[in-house]
Amino acid sequence: MKDAAILVRALRDPASTTALDSGGWTALLTLARAELLLGTLARRLEGIDLPQPIQAALIDARLNAEYQRRSALWEADCARRALTEFDGGIVLMKGTAYVAAGLKAGEGRHIGDLDIMVAHKAIAGAERLLLTQGGWEWVKEDAYDDAYYRDHMHELPPMIHKERDRMIDVHHTILPMTARPQPDAAAMLDDAIDIGNGLSIFAPEDMVCHCAAHLIADGDLTGGLRNLWDMHCLLSEFSAQDTQFWAQLAARSRHHQLQPAVQRAARLSARLYGTSIPQSWAKAHWHDSLFIRRILARDGWGRGSAPLTRLLFYIRSHWLRMPPLMLARHLWTKWRKA
Amino acid sequence: MRHEFHVRVGPAAFRIGSDWRAPIDQMRALYADYPAADFTDFTVRLEAARFLRRFLRPSAAINGDYRLPDAAPLPLGQGLLAAEMGMNLQMALGWRRQLILHASAVEREGRALIMTGASGSGKSTLSAMLGQKNWRFMGDEFALIDMVSGDAVPYPRLISLKNEAIAAMQKHAPDARFGPLMQGTPKGDIRHMVPPAPAIVRMQARAKPALLLFPRFGYEPAVREIDAGEVFMRLTQASTNYVALGEAGFEALTRFVQNIPARAIDYQSGEQAEALVNQLWDQLA
Repeated sequence: MKDAAILVRALRDPASTTALDSGGWTALLTLARAELLLGTLARRLEGIDLPQPIQAALIDARLNAEYQRRSALWEADCARRALTEFDGGIVLMKGTAYVAAGLKAGEGRHIGDLDIMVAHKAIAGAERLLLTQGGWEWVKEDAYDDAYYRDHMHELPPMIHKERDRMIDVHHTILPMTARPQPDAAAMLDDAIDIGNGLSIFAPEDMVCHCAAHLIADGDLTGGLRNLWDMHCLLSEFSAQDTQFWAQLAARSRHHQLQPAVQRAARLSARLYGTSIPQSWAKAHWHDSLFIRRILARDGWGRGSAPLTRLLFYIRSHWLRMPPLMLARHLWTKWRKA
Repeated sequence: MRHEFHVRVGPAAFRIGSDWRAPIDQMRALYADYPAADFTDFTVRLEAARFLRRFLRPSAAINGDYRLPDAAPLPLGQGLLAAEMGMNLQMALGWRRQLILHASAVEREGRALIMTGASGSGKSTLSAMLGQKNWRFMGDEFALIDMVSGDAVPYPRLISLKNEAIAAMQKHAPDARFGPLMQGTPKGDIRHMVPPAPAIVRMQARAKPALLLFPRFGYEPAVREIDAGEVFMRLTQASTNYVALGEAGFEALTRFVQNIPARAIDYQSGEQAEALVNQLWDQLA
């Protein structure tokens, strides 16, 4: 098993898995777990007649996904209570938002940290309340990293809860301040949809823009298959509900300077997961194959493969994040401390 | 991976992959009587942390489906231990089919004695010793409690003997098969022992829990009652998946605590422990 294509096929066409032998199943579930998609896969395979040992493993995976859903919502509620005195909107992001809104992307989804977004000017207040009222504390005290986060990143340095051992990331926008695209975070907050209790989630177009920014415009595509599955589910669900969705998404992504990222994410989603996208969005770019190669770079033992492609995207992730001179200074400092 | 081994221990099937042959050969020998597995629930990988470490002072990093980010690699001479630690980790973090208690278990007439306690309490050695007498060994590391029936499900992995327990068991069970003696591990000397044949042949035979003991080695022989609330709290701490199992785990553990008598016992020798165990078993179980 050279890459993760077997996992993509199983997610895209669950019935195709009935042809797998036991070695194929071991590879499939190992890959899915390594890509944080085991719960998602288990939900997709629900109702298919499979051998008992496979069913038992899938039931475990669904139980575990239910536990993650429960804890994610509990964490969100803990944050809400800590932020009772906070004056301003609090937006749930990523997995927690998907399960809170009952979206298809949340079905079986792995959820690790709690991600929330507040207005940039109010972030110090949110930070103070989480530290004093909520029981969160800094993960590590490091003056350089701390200053780096505060000066250049789109979020506070990560905090961890003293008792529950769960992390919270508090964002004020969706990409590092040093990245070239500068999304309109204020508009995202203004248009967020209230889900009750003082919490909200992004409007559909903004949710897709964030998902694409996270997948394409930030990071080295680790977890790419999972983030792309989010993309597939969001696009499919929103476009089925609203005939104007694609036009609105195009306009909104332009406004956020994220049109290339959103279009690429949509193309990759169509190519791997078979998402229906408009004809005008489907024109392939020669980089796409490289992205696909990186996204699929894992073998049936759960090990990362294609080391050169991985390295390339690792370098790209730093390039996206910083102008060259700043990157050089950053790496120099990190190297001296290592 | 270059070398591969599959094995079933009780309800769980494992796939072990290794960059080196030696740990796989050792597992093949020690697990020779265990059932093979086609599909496996968990994967453990013993890998060189860096390419050169495959050859030069080789050391095995413990990777797999679940891993601890800060776990230090072990020298290749301790590769078998690395594989066993990897398998334990998969169970502790990934298993959801039964409630897991960090405990040893032995069975007699279809009823199980469960022993739990901190590392060094002697629960593992006690279960190995009783397994040589008229008890069936069910497991020295995890007791699996079925959440519907309340039954104890055997998990008879290789018995992990530490320090003084190694010589003691070699005396008790001279005919048993032992793995290589691994000295200077993070837990001192370790040597694995193949459980007695009935433990392996009957690894699918469940038992009704009948007595729970909290043994403590190194104190004057004594028996103490423990309040049910205290038992419950200690077992939640001894379980690696109690929280993840949610309401089903809570209900299973509540029933377990309500139905199974529990005692703490102190002892200074295997003979004392055996006498206390038999006395309490006759009284309570």
